[in-house]
Amino acid sequence: MRSFQQRLPEFEARGIRVVGISVDPPDINQRQSQKRGYIFPLLSDPNAKVIRRYDVLHSGAGPKGADIARPAEFLLDSNGIVRWVNLTENIAVRARPEQVLEALNQLGPAGE
Amino acid sequence: MKRKWNWPIWVGFVLIVAGLFSYGFFVRFPTTRDFPWANLLLFGIGAALLIVGLFRGFGRPQVYRGKIAASIFAAIAVLLVAFFSYEIFYALRQVPASTGAPRVGQKAPDFLLLDQNGKPVGLGDLLSNSKGAVLIFYRGFW
Repeated sequence: MRSFQQRLPEFEARGIRVVGISVDPPDINQRQSQKRGYIFPLLSDPNAKVIRRYDVLHSGAGPKGADIARPAEFLLDSNGIVRWVNLTENIAVRARPEQVLEALNQLGPAGE
Repeated sequence: MKRKWNWPIWVGFVLIVAGLFSYGFFVRFPTTRDFPWANLLLFGIGAALLIVGLFRGFGRPQVYRGKIAASIFAAIAVLLVAFFSYEIFYALRQVPASTGAPRVGQKAPDFLLLDQNGKPVGLGDLLSNSKGAVLIFYRGFW
């Protein structure tokens, strides 16, 4: 997430919005955004409704066995069609912004 | 005759402990997080020194001290490295398969969620006046 903030201008230059989604409530997201200097929105899905809809739930993996999201990244075009997806097999290995930028480059104008 | 200090035992053990606890630091950088080579390097050097210490302590006990220290530290070091390996190479890889996640070419499910300011943001809002969006699902800061 920190690396996406660092490369955010490159996404903005391509007209691509970046958002984070987790089970954290808005007040925690606000505190984290300020603390970490995130400009992009952090969306709150406290009951993991959307997380379930995307089938990226990691049940019982949170504090006190809470259901949380597993790391996952989706690149959507302006019609909401998935153009690139990353479902890691290792919690510590998440998508880097350069991977998504590279995917954008490969899709070219047709993918926008 | 006073026997010499068996320093590789102590330095080796310190490196093993450093290898374990430095993960909290190295995890902040993608190159040392995706594969924990920096930690494994510290473990490797630490283990080599511990082995040297063991050989000195047991092989030349009349010259070097540290027979007991080397045994205890080597045993603890094995446990620490085993714990690290379990966490990094097994526990972190217990991720759900997410076979039902939207695939390339499929339409992403709609949503309406509150942002950090309590303002509702829908997928439609993200896609209007933009050329696309990156959705980053993350575990959360709790």
